[in-house]
Amino acid sequence: MQENINIVLPEIILAVYAMGALMFAVYGGKDRLSGSIFWATALVMFGLAAWIFMEPAGRNVAFNGAFIDDGFSRFAKVLMLVASGVMLLLSQDYLKKFKLYKFEFPILIAFATLGMMLMVSAGDLMALYMGLELQSLSLYVVAAFRRDSVRSTEAGLKYFVLGALSSGLLLYGASLVYGFAGTTNFQGIASTIQEGERNFGLLFGLVFLCVGMGFKISAAPFHMWTPDVYEGSPTPVTGFFATAPKVAAAGLFARVVHDGFGGAVADWQQIIAFLSVVSMFVGAIAAIGQTNIKRLMAYSSIAHMGFALMGLAAGNEGGVTALLVYMAIYLVMNIGVFAMILNMERDGNPITDIKALNMLSTYQPAHAAALAVLLFSLAGIPPLVGFVGKLYVLQAAVNADMAWLAIAGVIASVIGAFYYLRIIYFMYFGDEVEPLSGVMPIMHKLAFYGAALAMLVGIFNLFGLDPWAAEAAASLLK
Amino acid sequence: MLLNAPLSIMMALPTVAAIILFLVLRGEDEAAQRNAKRLALFTTFATFLVSLIVMANFDPSDTGFQFVEDHEWFAGLRYKVGVDGISILFVMLTTFLMPIVIGACWNVTTRVKEYMIMFLVLETLMLAVFCALDLILFYIVFEAGLIPMFLIVGIWGGKDRIYAAFKFFLYTLLGSVLMLVAMLYMWWDAGTTDIPQLLQHRFNADEFVLLGITIVGGVQTLLFLAFFASFAVKMPMWPVHTWLPDAHVQAPTAGSVVLAAILLKMGGYGILRFSLPMFPIGSEVMANFVMTLSVIAIIYTSLVAMMQEDMKKLIAYSSVAHMGFVTMGIFAINQQGVDGAIFQMLSHGFISGALFLGVGVVYDRMHTRDIDAYGGLVVRMPVYALIFMLFTMANVGLPGTSGFVGEFLTLVGAFKANTWIAFGATTGVILSAAYALWLYRRVMFGDLIKESLKAITDMDRREKMLMAPLVVMTILLGIYPVLVLDIIGPSVEALLGQVTEAQLDWAASNQLAAN
Repeated sequence: MQENINIVLPEIILAVYAMGALMFAVYGGKDRLSGSIFWATALVMFGLAAWIFMEPAGRNVAFNGAFIDDGFSRFAKVLMLVASGVMLLLSQDYLKKFKLYKFEFPILIAFATLGMMLMVSAGDLMALYMGLELQSLSLYVVAAFRRDSVRSTEAGLKYFVLGALSSGLLLYGASLVYGFAGTTNFQGIASTIQEGERNFGLLFGLVFLCVGMGFKISAAPFHMWTPDVYEGSPTPVTGFFATAPKVAAAGLFARVVHDGFGGAVADWQQIIAFLSVVSMFVGAIAAIGQTNIKRLMAYSSIAHMGFALMGLAAGNEGGVTALLVYMAIYLVMNIGVFAMILNMERDGNPITDIKALNMLSTYQPAHAAALAVLLFSLAGIPPLVGFVGKLYVLQAAVNADMAWLAIAGVIASVIGAFYYLRIIYFMYFGDEVEPLSGVMPIMHKLAFYGAALAMLVGIFNLFGLDPWAAEAAASLLK
Repeated sequence: MLLNAPLSIMMALPTVAAIILFLVLRGEDEAAQRNAKRLALFTTFATFLVSLIVMANFDPSDTGFQFVEDHEWFAGLRYKVGVDGISILFVMLTTFLMPIVIGACWNVTTRVKEYMIMFLVLETLMLAVFCALDLILFYIVFEAGLIPMFLIVGIWGGKDRIYAAFKFFLYTLLGSVLMLVAMLYMWWDAGTTDIPQLLQHRFNADEFVLLGITIVGGVQTLLFLAFFASFAVKMPMWPVHTWLPDAHVQAPTAGSVVLAAILLKMGGYGILRFSLPMFPIGSEVMANFVMTLSVIAIIYTSLVAMMQEDMKKLIAYSSVAHMGFVTMGIFAINQQGVDGAIFQMLSHGFISGALFLGVGVVYDRMHTRDIDAYGGLVVRMPVYALIFMLFTMANVGLPGTSGFVGEFLTLVGAFKANTWIAFGATTGVILSAAYALWLYRRVMFGDLIKESLKAITDMDRREKMLMAPLVVMTILLGIYPVLVLDIIGPSVEALLGQVTEAQLDWAASNQLAAN
């Protein structure tokens, strides 16, 4: 038992911290403590990220296989913890301005992050569901965090209803898998498949699991909630949705299909390839008509998830490496873009209309240049790092003999390039409008310029990301 | 240091200058603008000097790659650069033209710093395209050139610049991404992205059936088509040339010069570096198709050029026609054809650059490019008329200018391969004389009756200085073409030897299968 506890220690620390902070704030100074709790939560997250990053390689299993701690889960956890911490710090100014600066916010984010950590470490359908629900329930609440806004509560409710539906589908799939495999443990499911017991019921369960996870990762055709929730939620929450939970969902997806159904690659490969193609095209085409930058980022994230799934669809080690590299790059780009979106305002009112960026380059040339770099990177134009992510997934698809998927992907990326270019066009050669008046706080500047610089400089060696991702992928596929 | 990594230094110089400009230079006043222009001019000169050193140490008799630098990159890719007889002259063309391009932006007054940064970055990328010896490195720099060019057209361009910029960007991107998939396949098939190794690799050419269509030449044909999608858009070839007139008309003068003189050459260079040697069978299968497209391009775009009212559009269409000679020459797959194609590309670099500069000269004075707005310029601008005459004649292909050598060699090559193709292309030469001379007559001759033109001044010293090197090169290459042919000859010969060998092997194995 002692051994088990040591393996889950980071999760336990985060859980204890979150509950302790909750008690402390409720019985202490309530919202007067918000500032310290924001910082403390972020610092705990960074501390845990550093700890997990430095943990020795190797695979530890706790609680009879329900919890797995391996290179793959560590990679995902570091990404999620850092992203959550950064987004938490970036959200402070916005929340203060709109009187949302409450102590519950960082605590809810901490619980959501805890759920994500459990998701990527799940070795059992029960553990998977537990992590998933912890994450989702916290996210439903933060989506509706702006109680007095109809849009925000609507977003929360929509997210909740559709999220519950998807959880139901996932549970149904899990129960089918349990019924036919006789176990909820991934290893057990894998050995059932190995023994040739690959029957119809098990595959049926797998399909439902994929649908449920497709919802969570916002892959088309299960993406309908994304634009509305992104638009309605307060901007920091949208920024959060676009970063850490996506990594968690992608990590979970990879975990389930490889750990549990690694013996049936051919069966899930088609499902994921389908999700991938549809997401890429829906994301690229639907984004063209958007005028709200938050909705646009929602469609952009759908398209990016399509690309990430292309790596997963390859169904081999190179594919998982590609997925991880892609997610890491995607995370940095989105943090940078949202640092900018958080500061789009005029006379104290947040602006989400893309046209508000018109001629940004004349009065804020540095902002415009950095945003242009990030957008070109999102579009996947070399020599920016966003291209490297695409290169990895396309290579994985070609190597897995799925050249058709790669061709579909590159065509979707050309369509997608249009709407990113459109924003650049507004910034550099649009019409004159009343300028934005927001002044970017130092923290945002750091994240924003840091992300843009990383996109430029990363092409030299990718900051050593790829060997680490390859190691993580190898640990998943053993 | 310089001798260890001359190519890297040459490529890095402009970008370093761009970073200095970006970080150091502040303000939009006249002094800052002048400093930005001077630094850019100085850097492009320095780059030219470095490239001259490279050229001086280049050994044309060696058909392999020289000045090779090879370093580890990420994901098994390598940073590998080098030049051979085919690429060295494109490098020289780029470094030679860039100071002229910078000189051509001397009158720009809006966002000068950014403008200079764009051109400097673009120079690095263009040089890297010609030097890259790693497949993915090539793709990255090939594609990255879109960003500065998009912004140059979009920010500093004319009235309809936005439409032109988007069309340019998306057209070229769509072509290139298909090439990317093909490159990934090659990486997977050959297990390397190293271009010298890929040149030795023989891709499978067994025919197979895809979606009910028998693909002769198999994978090679598909790979060839994917690369062709990219290079044909870049060249540009009929019928995917429509972005070029728009981009040219809207681009600022310096942007047009870069586009016509250097960026278009990337397509031709790509075909010579990749399509022909790596997919010899695919090339053979598709050669007639490409040659036919080339001839259509030559005749059709010459006819279209004749009807243009806008000077830049006319020259843009004439560029498409001249690029048709290049593709025709390459796919003749013989020494004269390929030699001629390379020669034509270089000479077109000088001639079209000079023609666009020439249009810029009168545009700066009158702010219109309508042919009808001019007439009788020779009265007020004798020097301009003389220089424009020279380049008009070179564009037509008058003997004694470099235009003649390129056209003649490609026609000889084509004649050897296919008489009808050569016949069609020769018609194009006549048409080109028609539109070029007609343009010249309408702009330069006649009476100077338009009120607005009465006060127009002749070329100033700066404009003459920009034209002078182009005049020298056009005539020098026209009367002494061996200067170029000696350098490219051995490399082209080696390339063709390899291609013919692969094609003969394929024919022999087909023969065996038939028996």
